[in-house]
Amino acid sequence: MVALAGLGAAFFALPLLGLLQRAAWSDVARDLGSPEARAALALSLECSLWATGLAAVLGVPLAWVLARGRFRGRSLLRALVLLPMVLPPVVGGVALLYAFGRTDGLVGPWLYDTVGVQLTFSKTGVVLAEAFVAMPFLVLTVESGWRALDARYEDAAATLGAGRWTTFRRVSLRLLAPSLAAGAALAWARALGEFGATITFAGNVEGRTRTTPLAVYLLLETRPGAAVALSLVLLAVSVVVLVALRDRWFRIGR
Amino acid sequence: MTLVAAGTARVGTLTVQVDLTVGDEIVAVLGPNGAGKTTLLRTLAGLHPLATGRITLDDAVLDDAADGIFVRPADRSVGMVFQDHVLFPFLDARENVAFGLRSRGVGRREARRRADDWLARVGLADRATARPDTLSGGQAQRVALARALAVEPRLLCLDEPLAALDAQARVAIRREVRRHLASAGGARVLVTHDPVDAAVLADRVVVLEAGRVVQTGTMAEIALRPRSAYVADLVGRNLYRGVAADGRVTLPGGATLLVADRSVAGDVHVAIHPRSVGLHREPPGGSPRNHLTGTVTDVDGLGDRVRIRIEGPVPIVAEITTAAAAELGLAPGHAAIASVKATEVTVYPA
Repeated sequence: MVALAGLGAAFFALPLLGLLQRAAWSDVARDLGSPEARAALALSLECSLWATGLAAVLGVPLAWVLARGRFRGRSLLRALVLLPMVLPPVVGGVALLYAFGRTDGLVGPWLYDTVGVQLTFSKTGVVLAEAFVAMPFLVLTVESGWRALDARYEDAAATLGAGRWTTFRRVSLRLLAPSLAAGAALAWARALGEFGATITFAGNVEGRTRTTPLAVYLLLETRPGAAVALSLVLLAVSVVVLVALRDRWFRIGR
Repeated sequence: MTLVAAGTARVGTLTVQVDLTVGDEIVAVLGPNGAGKTTLLRTLAGLHPLATGRITLDDAVLDDAADGIFVRPADRSVGMVFQDHVLFPFLDARENVAFGLRSRGVGRREARRRADDWLARVGLADRATARPDTLSGGQAQRVALARALAVEPRLLCLDEPLAALDAQARVAIRREVRRHLASAGGARVLVTHDPVDAAVLADRVVVLEAGRVVQTGTMAEIALRPRSAYVADLVGRNLYRGVAADGRVTLPGGATLLVADRSVAGDVHVAIHPRSVGLHREPPGGSPRNHLTGTVTDVDGLGDRVRIRIEGPVPIVAEITTAAAAELGLAPGHAAIASVKATEVTVYPA
């Protein structure tokens, strides 16, 4: 058992070591400073933040409905929301294409004709693809936060004259802040690393939809050093998120 | 200022009778755990809807199940004090008290000024910037009281406000609550399972059991003439149901009690105060006309007095002095005879 566990740990550790030993530390700064790398990083940062924002705006109400709602089909709704977590991202991308695609999507043509928005091959498309994949993490985390929230705080606010919106803004949201922060951090990390849905739905247009993971994939062929440098950035972000959430997760079991 | 509630509310499988009228007074809703007291209070505050009936405050309809009218709590002039304060943990004491004023449109500075004023009134002027988790249970409950009173509600609801406090804090906070309740004005409803709270804090008591209002009146009236075993236990009375005729009450088991009051007949309650019960080990002579034989099951000391429970055809609790108990030497298992004068038996229609 112990030997197998050691093997398991090594299975996780070796790729990390591989990545780190391949890094040309002296060249990292130069590699990250190249125009392609900078464009990819900037685009990733921008899109992932928008995606996290979108996930929060839509995900918090969804979490509320799932935690507090009493209606038929709630389990079905939860399954629907959580589906992107287990769905292969590339399938998500194909599905998004047939929903929001300009020529043959369900609502895509309508969006293009009436609002003039094209989602495929655009930054907005990247945001959408990332939000699709990342939102379940936020919904799950906030839902459990909402379940743990003592409804009497909301009752107290209501008897003190606070309407529903004021109660939500001044009381519920404040009490949910830790869950929301954790959920947003998870969703952001997931959005930042999104590959499959993005390349399928939004394509791989340099400067417009070529996010960092896509750039890593391409650079691996031509300039492996730059690919490793960008990978290190993504690794660093993951580690930071993990460390930031350690109290929330690693306490269980202690 | 009159609150009139007549209807029912449902919580789980329990149907709670929401039936009370509260003028400019303090009414206590007294009952055992699970009787539906909190649900009743929540319907008044607008935190739980009525299933049937209506609630009005003066001319305004707050809740009408048939007409589909439901005024949300934020739009009722209501104040609520919860069992364990429920202060907002992310606000200090001052901002907690100011919350209601701010929600009702009072400016920030004015709200803070009035909050400080209320904190001073509950004796916590120096804790204005303290977070709830740094306050003691009693302090937190005083802040919660100030928070509810600050909006000067026409209806003030208190849900077991002293139940979460330790015995020492309870006495002090009870005094404080009494002072503020008395000066608040408006309809004030207090839910409690403690007859002492009801007696000290309320003008009138409504007894709720298993969702039903079983008795209303002042605490003194209720103590004198309990209408249920729960109330009788609560006020320490012996209570029986029976049929009265010609100064004699026949109990379900066939035993009879002689009573002095010949004016009541038919189904009656019979109440006997434990202190008017005498105890003997041998059949006594003398004037008491009721003699109840049985076996001692419990002996509880109450300071200078002892309560002795006797099980027999007519179970009864007697309260005698510690000295008398020592002289009798009664212990669980001993046979004993309880005697009650007919004049000490209170009898009233069921």
